[in-house]
Amino acid sequence: MTNPADLSLAALRDALKAKSVSSLEATDAYLSRIDAAGDLNAFVSVTADKARNMAKASDDKLGRGEGGALEGVPLGIKDLFCTEDVLTTAGSHILDGFHPKYESTVTSQLWRDGAVMLGKLNMDEFAMGSSNETSFYGPVINPWRAEGSDAKLSPGGSSGGSSASVSARLCAGATATDTGGSIRQPASLTATVGVKPTYGRVSRWGIVAFASSLDQAGPITRDVRDAAVMLKSMAGHDPKDSTSIDAPVPDYEAALGQSVKGLKIGVPKEYRLDGMPAEIETLWAQGIEWMKDAGCEIVDISLPLTKYALPVYYIVAPAEASSNLARYDGVKYGHRAKDYSDILSMYEETRAEGFGDEVKRRVLIGTYVLSAGYYDAYYLRAQKVRKRIFDELLEAYKSVDLILTPSAPSAAFALGDKMKDPVQMYLNDVFTVTANLAGLPGASVPAGLDKQGLPLGLQLLAKPFDEETMFKGMYALEQAAGFTATPETWWA
Amino acid sequence: MSIDKETVRKVARLARIAEPEQRLEPLAQELSGILDWIEQLNEVDIEGVEAMASTVDVSLPMRDDVLQEGPTGGGQPDRVVANAPKSEDNFFVVPKVVE
Repeated sequence: MTNPADLSLAALRDALKAKSVSSLEATDAYLSRIDAAGDLNAFVSVTADKARNMAKASDDKLGRGEGGALEGVPLGIKDLFCTEDVLTTAGSHILDGFHPKYESTVTSQLWRDGAVMLGKLNMDEFAMGSSNETSFYGPVINPWRAEGSDAKLSPGGSSGGSSASVSARLCAGATATDTGGSIRQPASLTATVGVKPTYGRVSRWGIVAFASSLDQAGPITRDVRDAAVMLKSMAGHDPKDSTSIDAPVPDYEAALGQSVKGLKIGVPKEYRLDGMPAEIETLWAQGIEWMKDAGCEIVDISLPLTKYALPVYYIVAPAEASSNLARYDGVKYGHRAKDYSDILSMYEETRAEGFGDEVKRRVLIGTYVLSAGYYDAYYLRAQKVRKRIFDELLEAYKSVDLILTPSAPSAAFALGDKMKDPVQMYLNDVFTVTANLAGLPGASVPAGLDKQGLPLGLQLLAKPFDEETMFKGMYALEQAAGFTATPETWWA
Repeated sequence: MSIDKETVRKVARLARIAEPEQRLEPLAQELSGILDWIEQLNEVDIEGVEAMASTVDVSLPMRDDVLQEGPTGGGQPDRVVANAPKSEDNFFVVPKVVE
C-alpha cells in the first residue's frame, strides 16, 4: 500500500471518504515524517496529541458517513495564525509563550470542515523576510538542493515553513500569508502551488497583523486542485474583519479543466529585468506558448509603473507595521525584559530584546516615514503612487483576463546570500508585490527546473474576485508543464 | 545620506526600541540605503492623484452597539489577561507610572 502521506490533499480526501485509509493512519504517517525531518526546521511546534485526537474524531465522523470537505486531512498552519491554547509565535521572540485564547477565522473554518492540525510552521519574524532567515527559530531549509551540491538553500519567505513542509510532504497542505509575495515566492522556490486570493476574500481576523492593507491568507499545496479545495474552506465573509467582502465563495475545484480557449493573457514587457537568469526568461516564453497552445490569445501589455511597486511597498508596509507592532509592549502578552527602571524603559528594553534586526529596521523606517515633517514626502506620496499603480493594472484588465509573469527573479538561493543587503533581499518580491498593492489575486505554479535542477514557478494574476478564471489558467499551465519532479529525501 | 545618527536616535525613541549608542551609526547607514532606493518615487507624477489607503472600495460596515458573543465579547477578564507577563486580580501589572 502507498504511504498515505504521498497522496495529494484531494486524493487523500477521496481515500478517506472511501475509507481506504483512516485519518489516524494518515496523521501518524505525517507525524513520523515530521519527526524525521528535523533538519528542515519547518515546524516551530508539532501538536501530535491534538492531531491524533482530531484524527480520531474525524474517523468517527467518516465512519458514520459524515464529515466536511477536508474531513481527516492533516494540515500545517503557518505560525502567524492564532490557534486557541496552542503556542503562536509569528517567528518572534517577543511572542514567547503566547497561547491565544481564540482561534483565527481561517483555522476555525478549516477545523469546521474537518481538517487535522499537525503543528505550527516556521516563518520569517512577523512575516518580514523573503528567505525565512529572520525567524527567531532559525532558518527553514529548502528540501530542494542544486544537483551535485549539499549547500543549504532557502525555501523562500516569509512562508518558508509552509513551502518546505508541503514540498517535503510533511503535511497534505499548509496555510500561508502573503503581504508582498510571501506565498508565491516560496511556492516558486519549492515547486509548490501558492495562491494569494483577492484582498478581502479571506478573513484576516486572528492572523497576527503585519501590514493590514496588504496582508492576505491563502494555501500552499502540492498541486492546483489541492489549492482549490483548501481555498474554498479558508475563504468567506467574516463580520469580525471589516475589510472582508460579503460575496459567495465559488467552487474553485469546479473551474479546473474548464476550457481556457479565448482567454486573453497579458504579458507585461516591464517584467523583463536586467540580470534576470536566461532560464527564467525561457520558461516564461514557454509558458506563453503553453497558454497559446491551449487556445488563449496572448496580448502584449505595458505596465510602466511596475518598477515603483517595491519602493511603494517599502513605505506602506513598514508604516502599517510600525503601527501594528506597537502592541508588543511587554504588558499584554509575550516577552517582558527583566531589567528596566520605569515603564518607558520597560517598553524600550522589551522591544529591543524581543524584535530581531529586520523587524527593528522596518519599525524604524515606518516610524520615520510617518513622523512629522516626513509624512507628506514619503507616506502620502507612496499612497498616491500606489493609486496610480492600481489604476494602471485595472486599466490593463480592460483588455486581458489574466496576466502571466515569472513568480520570482531567481531560483532558490543559498542561506546567507542576501542577508547583508536588505534591498537585494527585497528585490525577491519584484514580480509579486504589485498584486498586494492593488489587492489582486495571484498564484504561482511550478513550471520547470533550471540547469542546476532547481524549480521555477510562473505567476498568474487575475481580476479582483476572479479567482475562478485564475484557477482555470493555473490548471491549464499545470497540465501543459507536466511538472512531476520531487526533491530527493536527503533529510530523512 | 537621507538619515543621520541623531535622527535614528529620535526615531528609535518614538518607536520605543532601545538602540545602543554603537548601533546608531550602522543603523543610519542601513536605513539611508533603503530610503535612498525609495527616493526614485520622486520621479512619478502624482499631481491630482488621490491617496489610496485600501483596495477595498466599500464603507466600513456598521453593527448594533451591543455586547458581542464569543471571543470578541465581554465578561472574560481572566482570558484577556491570561497571557500577561504579570497580572493581579485580572489587571495588567506595570511599573509605577504616577509618582
